[in-house]
Amino acid sequence: MTDLTSLTLAEARKGLADKTFTSLELTDAHLSAIEKARLLNAFVMETPDQARAMAREADGKIAKGDAGPLAGIPLGIKDLFATKGVRTTACSKILGNFVPTYESTVTSQLWRDGAVMLGKLNNDEFAMGSANETSCFGPVGNPWRREGSNTTLVPGGSSGGSASAVAALLCMGATATDTGGSIRQPAAFTATVGIKPTYGRCSRWGIVAFASSLDQAGPIARSVRDSAMLLRSMAGHDPKDTTSVDIAVPDYEAAIGKSVKGMKIGIPKEYRLDGMPAEIEKLWSEGAAWLKAAGAELVEVSLPHTKYALPAYYIVAPAEASSNLARYDGVRYGLRGQGKTITELYENTRAEGFGAEVRRRVMIGTYVLSAGYYDAYYLRAQKVRTLIKRDFEDCFERGVDAILTPATPSAAFGIGEKGGADPVEMYLNDVFTVTVNMAGLPGIAVPSGKDSQGLPLGLQLIGRPFEEETLFSLGEVIEQAAGRFTPARWW
Amino acid sequence: MSVDAATVRRIAHLARIAVSEDEVPHLQGELNAMLAFVEQLSEVNVEGVEPMTSVAPMQMKKRQDVVDDGGIADDIVANAPAAEGHFFLVPKVVE
Repeated sequence: MTDLTSLTLAEARKGLADKTFTSLELTDAHLSAIEKARLLNAFVMETPDQARAMAREADGKIAKGDAGPLAGIPLGIKDLFATKGVRTTACSKILGNFVPTYESTVTSQLWRDGAVMLGKLNNDEFAMGSANETSCFGPVGNPWRREGSNTTLVPGGSSGGSASAVAALLCMGATATDTGGSIRQPAAFTATVGIKPTYGRCSRWGIVAFASSLDQAGPIARSVRDSAMLLRSMAGHDPKDTTSVDIAVPDYEAAIGKSVKGMKIGIPKEYRLDGMPAEIEKLWSEGAAWLKAAGAELVEVSLPHTKYALPAYYIVAPAEASSNLARYDGVRYGLRGQGKTITELYENTRAEGFGAEVRRRVMIGTYVLSAGYYDAYYLRAQKVRTLIKRDFEDCFERGVDAILTPATPSAAFGIGEKGGADPVEMYLNDVFTVTVNMAGLPGIAVPSGKDSQGLPLGLQLIGRPFEEETLFSLGEVIEQAAGRFTPARWW
Repeated sequence: MSVDAATVRRIAHLARIAVSEDEVPHLQGELNAMLAFVEQLSEVNVEGVEPMTSVAPMQMKKRQDVVDDGGIADDIVANAPAAEGHFFLVPKVVE
């Protein structure tokens, strides 16, 4: 039998349906791969007993012929999703040994459809980071290394554990979340596919909150088709999240292989940055050429407020975070610091529990919301956000179906290489992805090639609200042209 | 705009994060780096622009005014660092 971990989700589904192998066999293959890959630090909690129990249940349902769309498929879950009875930490010391008594809506829908949980995946603390270096469990290794080099690189972030585990064949797919690029940037760094759906497409209920007007859940997978299968189960209306949208979830997989003939693809000139590596320029033109060859029409478009998206994000996101993270007070759950008074208890709990990056963002958020500064910072940033969204609307009104951009301004870098002296250096990683969150649009990152050092690079497609299907159709064209990429095992 | 040491201490207190004296200069530097970065927003003309309140044009949904949850006090205190019965324990607040 071929190695079960190297199958795509779609192939595994067929193998399970044909009874070529059982979910228990498939699950055991992944559990053993996880055990051998602890060097990557992708999982912060392995749940083998639960995984085998869920696999046996799936096998029973498959045998009876009432299997759900993801029956028996082993997945990894970002540690930002509350999982009932399984420790959930957001990779922050402040949540300590928090064991939820409830399940997030997104994961409960995956289990409803028969998926199997292998364990919880590493991420940046409270999803604040672009390299998975701020996790209280330590950094994650990228399965990709530069050719001829032994340097361990970051997998991107914040969904670094998700991307690393999927790329290293430790799980068939993973849940992830994206506030400024946290699905798409790690996907690009690891040659995996990641889609952030339209704001409101997936319920945020039971996901540890970072910036509520920007956070969205989505999958990371090894092919465009696999990501479509996962999103179908993850998406859907949830009365428990008032921002979740009551629109029927389409069969995203049906969009795979659909003709893209006549689609209008915008190429935004503002994404051509000074000092961008020539390889990324080249990849971008190649991607455009592939779409053109498939019958799409390319048009140059302008998104004039692009350069203001990142600074506006670094007001809006920390402001919302400072408010969301006020709940960590050492009283109701998680870590508790010492204090003779209640204020001392709060202050010591939060000083001990939050890492440097989280502390920094909570403080800047507190500042921009404080009396006398609200108008100058927060209100202005929200106005700029309106302008960013308007740029996209103008573009879509002129008939553009989707926008093609690079996913990241560089390939993966080494652990500890960026942001040490100036936090802004790390923030620039999200320059191409953050606009999409600011406007609430769907965006997909698809592996598209490698740089001269053999590291993966990705392209991003941005769609109209709730037109994820267009992204899947176009993404498939890129995947067919570029092929799929698997790292050589060193761990 | 930039923050001075006194402002850093004030923000830390507002955010309820204990900050020691020797951390202040470092934090001040980091916060000022972020403020310098966002400074470029001041060049955008936002005259007459409505601030965004919701990315998707949608009506705020309202929940039905019914009791649909409750009776889960055990769950609520299950993760409390210090609890007695169904109460959270905190240092003495009222003398």
